[in-house]
Amino acid sequence: MSNAKPLPVITALDRGFWDHARAGRLAVQVCRNCGHAHFPASPVCPECLGDVQDWQPVSGAGTLESWAEFHRAYWPGFAADLPYTACLIRLAEGPVLVSNLVGNPEKAKLGAPVHVVFEKITDEITLPKFSLD
Amino acid sequence: MGEHAGMSNRAAVIGVGNTAYGSFPERDEYALGAQAFRSALSDAGLDKRRVDGLVVCRIGYYARMGEVLGIDPHWSLTLPPHGRMSGVGLIEAVQALATGQATTVALIYANIGRSRRVNYGGDEAPSVWDPWGFTSPGASHAMMFRRHMELYGTTTRQLAEVSIAIRHHACLNPDAVMKKPITVEDHETARPIVLPLRLLDYCLINDGAVCLILTTAERARDGRKPPVFISGFGGLDAFRRSSIANFDIDCWHDEVAVAGRESFAMAGLRHDDVDALMCYDNFSPTVLFSLEGLGYCPRGEAGRFVEGGTLKLGGRLPTNTDGGHLSNSYMQGWALNVEAVRQLRGECGARQVSGCAVVQYVQATPCTRSIVYTRG
Repeated sequence: MSNAKPLPVITALDRGFWDHARAGRLAVQVCRNCGHAHFPASPVCPECLGDVQDWQPVSGAGTLESWAEFHRAYWPGFAADLPYTACLIRLAEGPVLVSNLVGNPEKAKLGAPVHVVFEKITDEITLPKFSLD
Repeated sequence: MGEHAGMSNRAAVIGVGNTAYGSFPERDEYALGAQAFRSALSDAGLDKRRVDGLVVCRIGYYARMGEVLGIDPHWSLTLPPHGRMSGVGLIEAVQALATGQATTVALIYANIGRSRRVNYGGDEAPSVWDPWGFTSPGASHAMMFRRHMELYGTTTRQLAEVSIAIRHHACLNPDAVMKKPITVEDHETARPIVLPLRLLDYCLINDGAVCLILTTAERARDGRKPPVFISGFGGLDAFRRSSIANFDIDCWHDEVAVAGRESFAMAGLRHDDVDALMCYDNFSPTVLFSLEGLGYCPRGEAGRFVEGGTLKLGGRLPTNTDGGHLSNSYMQGWALNVEAVRQLRGECGARQVSGCAVVQYVQATPCTRSIVYTRG
C-alpha cells in the first residue's frame, strides 16, 4: 500500500499497543509490580524498575492539555492534510500522549473532555486519534 | 542550594571568537571550528600550546578536531549536538579547571546546518509520534505556548515583543544576520509554521562556529584582556518527561527556578544585580518561560512583563543583545555566552549595556542551566 506518511516501526516492546489499536482499543503499559501506567513503552517500569509489564486497555477518555496546528509538512505525505492539528491528551488513567485532534479542532479549549477514535491506516496499523466530546 | 559555593570565580573566560554566520557549503565543521579557535586565541593573546583541555560540540570526531588544531589535550570532552549542551559544557570546563585536570580549556562548537539543509523535523529526528505527524522542536514549543495562552491569557502580540526586542538588538550588531526592524504586525502576519508560532518565532539556522577559552582565576589575570569570571552556575535536568522531545508540560518552570536560585546563591547576587540576560531563544516562547522560571516576573505574567520594551537595550532587562538565536544565528547558546563576555568587557559598541557588571545566561531545555558572569 502506498502511504508517504511515516508508519510506526513495530518492535517487541510496543507490539501490544498496536495489536490493541487494530482491535479498536487504546492500551497503555501497566507495571505488574506497582501498577504504574505509562506510555510510550518502556523496557522496565520507570517507577519501580520492574520487568514485568502488560498492555491494558484504558477507557479512551481524557482531557485536552494542548494542541498545535501544523502549516508545514515535514513529510510529503502530510501536505494534503495541512493544516492538521496535533494534540496533547491526558488520559483519565494518567498517561499523557500526543495524537491528532479530529472533528472540529477549532473548538479546542484547555481541559476540554475528549475521547479516542480510531483510523485504520493499513491492515496492520490503526492510529488512535481524539475528538472533542 | 549553594553547594557549589567553593567553585565561584574559580575560572574565567579569557578569549572568545566566532566565524561569520551564513551558508558556507565549501567548509566543514573542522574548518569553521579552527577559524573560531584561531579567533579566540588571538582575542586571548594566547599560544595554542597553552591549551590542554578541549570540549567539542556538534563536531563529528573530537580527535579529528584535535588533529586539525595540532593539540593533544590532557582532558577532553565530547558533547552531543543538542543545543542545550553549551551550558553543560561550560560548567564541566570550570570543574576540570578547578580540579586541575586542565589549566586552559578551549570549547569549540560548530554548526553546518544551513548549507546541509538541516530542518530539525521529519525523518531527521524520528520519534514515536511521527505517525501522527507530530515532529520538530518548533511544534513542541507551539504546544507549550498554546498552554501558556490558555492558562494565563498570554497573547501572540505579547510574544511578538520578544522577537521585536531581539531583532532591535540585531539591527545594532554589525555582525548580525537579520538587519530589518520588525513590528507586531510583521510578527502577526508572518508565515504560519506550527500555530500559534509563525516564522518570526523561529530561530535562524546558519553555518558558523564559536569558541570560548577558559582558564583558572589565577592564570586569567595575565591575559590580554580583563577576565570575565564564572561566578555562579546551577542546573536541573527534566528527563522523566522527555518522551516528547523538546517539550515540558510545565515549560521547565521548576528546572529554571532551581538553576537560577543555585547560580545566584553561588554568585552571591540577585535579580536586581543583573544588567543583561542572555536567554536561549530557539523559539520566542522560551524567553517567556525563562523569565518566569528565573523569577524576573511571577508565573504566568511574562507576556505582560515583556510589553513596552522591557527586553530592549535601555529597558529593564536587556536580553540577547547580539540578536540571539532569533535574529542572529542559532549557535545553540554558545554565541550567547560569547556575547555575555563581550558585554562585560564593554566591547559591544552601539548595543553596549552601560556599566554592565553582571550577565546571566539561561537555557530552558531538558538540560536546564543558568550561568552568572561577572567582572570578578
